[in-house]
Amino acid sequence: MRSRTIPMREVHVWEMPVRVYHWVNALCVTVLCVTGFLIGNPLAFMKGTEAYLNYWFGTVRFIHFVSAFVFFFNFIFRTYWGFVGNEFSRWYNFIPLKRCQWKEIINVIKVDVLQVSHKEIDSIGHNSLASFIYFLTFLIFLLQCLTGFGMYAAMSDAFLPKLFAWIVPLMGGDMHVRQLHHILMWSFILFAMVHIYLVFYHDYIERRGVTSSMIGGWKFIEEDVIERHDNRSEDCPKD
Amino acid sequence: MKNKQPSFYEEVRGDGISRKDFLKFCATMAAFLGLESSGIGQIVKALETKPRLPVIWFHFQECTCCSESFIRASHPIVADIVLGKISLDYQETLMAASGVQAEEAYKAVMAKFPGEYIVMVEGSIPTENEAYCCIGGRSAKQILEEAVQNCKAVVAWGNCASAGCVQAASPNPTGAKPVHKVISGKPIINVQGCPPIADVMAGVVVHLLTFDRIPQLDALGRPKAFYSRRVHDTCYRRANFDAGLFVESFDDEGAKKGYCLYKMGCKGPVTYNSCGIIKWNDGVSYPIQSGHPCIGCSEEGFWDNGPFYQHLPSIAGFGIETTADKIGLGLGVATAVGVAGHAIYTNIRKKKEITNAPESVSETEAPKV
Repeated sequence: MRSRTIPMREVHVWEMPVRVYHWVNALCVTVLCVTGFLIGNPLAFMKGTEAYLNYWFGTVRFIHFVSAFVFFFNFIFRTYWGFVGNEFSRWYNFIPLKRCQWKEIINVIKVDVLQVSHKEIDSIGHNSLASFIYFLTFLIFLLQCLTGFGMYAAMSDAFLPKLFAWIVPLMGGDMHVRQLHHILMWSFILFAMVHIYLVFYHDYIERRGVTSSMIGGWKFIEEDVIERHDNRSEDCPKD
Repeated sequence: MKNKQPSFYEEVRGDGISRKDFLKFCATMAAFLGLESSGIGQIVKALETKPRLPVIWFHFQECTCCSESFIRASHPIVADIVLGKISLDYQETLMAASGVQAEEAYKAVMAKFPGEYIVMVEGSIPTENEAYCCIGGRSAKQILEEAVQNCKAVVAWGNCASAGCVQAASPNPTGAKPVHKVISGKPIINVQGCPPIADVMAGVVVHLLTFDRIPQLDALGRPKAFYSRRVHDTCYRRANFDAGLFVESFDDEGAKKGYCLYKMGCKGPVTYNSCGIIKWNDGVSYPIQSGHPCIGCSEEGFWDNGPFYQHLPSIAGFGIETTADKIGLGLGVATAVGVAGHAIYTNIRKKKEITNAPESVSETEAPKV
């Protein structure tokens, strides 16, 4: 039997709202990508029938729009939580403004991406590279909401979509907005592939229980990492 | 009347049009403009009492399809009273005068009706080298700039004058620009389409005359009465779209049954126009009804958003047929390969670490893998 005994502590990293946000977001993105892909490339599997007997494509679009509203408000909520949540969910983790964050980004690239160095990454929450990538995805979320609701504004009299009516003229027509919306969908697909792989990778290599941390909220962190975290220099807000 | 101009009504009566036909025309226009029934009375009164609009109609870099469309308006009275009388002032294609007389006619309008005349423009204006479009020894830009100085409003006919159309498509050798990018400070109405629907053109003229102000415009300067809804939303094939019934090639069963042309590259879902309602050639048909996808001719840059028969525009720099999906799929495969490679390497490394690890470790410094 191979086993190990090392001093570890359980750390409550992801609070309940962050976890709920994560899974609602995951569900929305999945539904939005599948329905969005269908809207862009509908399956023409029906022939020889009459329009009044069917409504499947309308239903697909309906699901897409409903998920978009959920996605949008979920995103707004997460942005709010970035200002009131715990230290791991705060906004300053995501924007690399400090030198030490950039240093960690380079370290993560060396250790986890290229695997040329076997130093330890001390982060308890997200590492700096992951956080920065999440920041970029937030920007893409924003663009996707802007372009999506921009197109939706033309077929709605509701207050919220009407707020986005300026997007289409700004971009010079629906065609450009639709094109951008479609291209950005691919960034979600590519992100999901890498994201899911990296969860497996980190759980496999670091054995801190990162996968289940998004369910239970707790991670196993080595004592010495926590010690270094508590003694970190004041000028670096990064955990 | 200070200038003793005959009214529209007097002109058409003189041309032998009956009062009944005149009223029919007014009612049609009121309907197109989306007015309530009292609006018909307003139009009748305006056309009976107000002097006709002095108009200067320019042709710059264009194909005259706007004029062609106009003279095919569904109601003959449109062409008769509006276009017929416009030619009295200045309209390069249709006026009888030429040379010096023509130039004098248009100068006379500017001198006689300052602040009252309407400048109507067909075609884009070259800016790369103004010499690409010259009339009477002066460039399009010079002519336009002079003409708009004292005008009441500018009507930009068609895609050329509203967005540059094919001349402004990449690489745009003449530096063609639409009217609103060349002049400023005057109200400009973009009557979009390639060409615009004749009845839409007539409706805009009637609106200007009846209400003495420009119609309500959308954010791209198009009259809302005609351009506030997408071709897709007013399409008689829309039910097929919602039902998921699509034409997949021009000779399949779906095409014969009149299914939705979305997958054939129809730009109806991204195009604002009233083709689905007013239709063309006296309401006979419009492209989709004739089995052809909409090409989006009332939208900015529609030539560069091709190919016409492809749902998503090609992405520049990747070849004509390359859409976002092909690039996305390629990147997806590349990512999958990268992930697989990374995973294999990680496993080799990890395996080594596990085999090298002692049987049972109870130290604080366990090997980190």
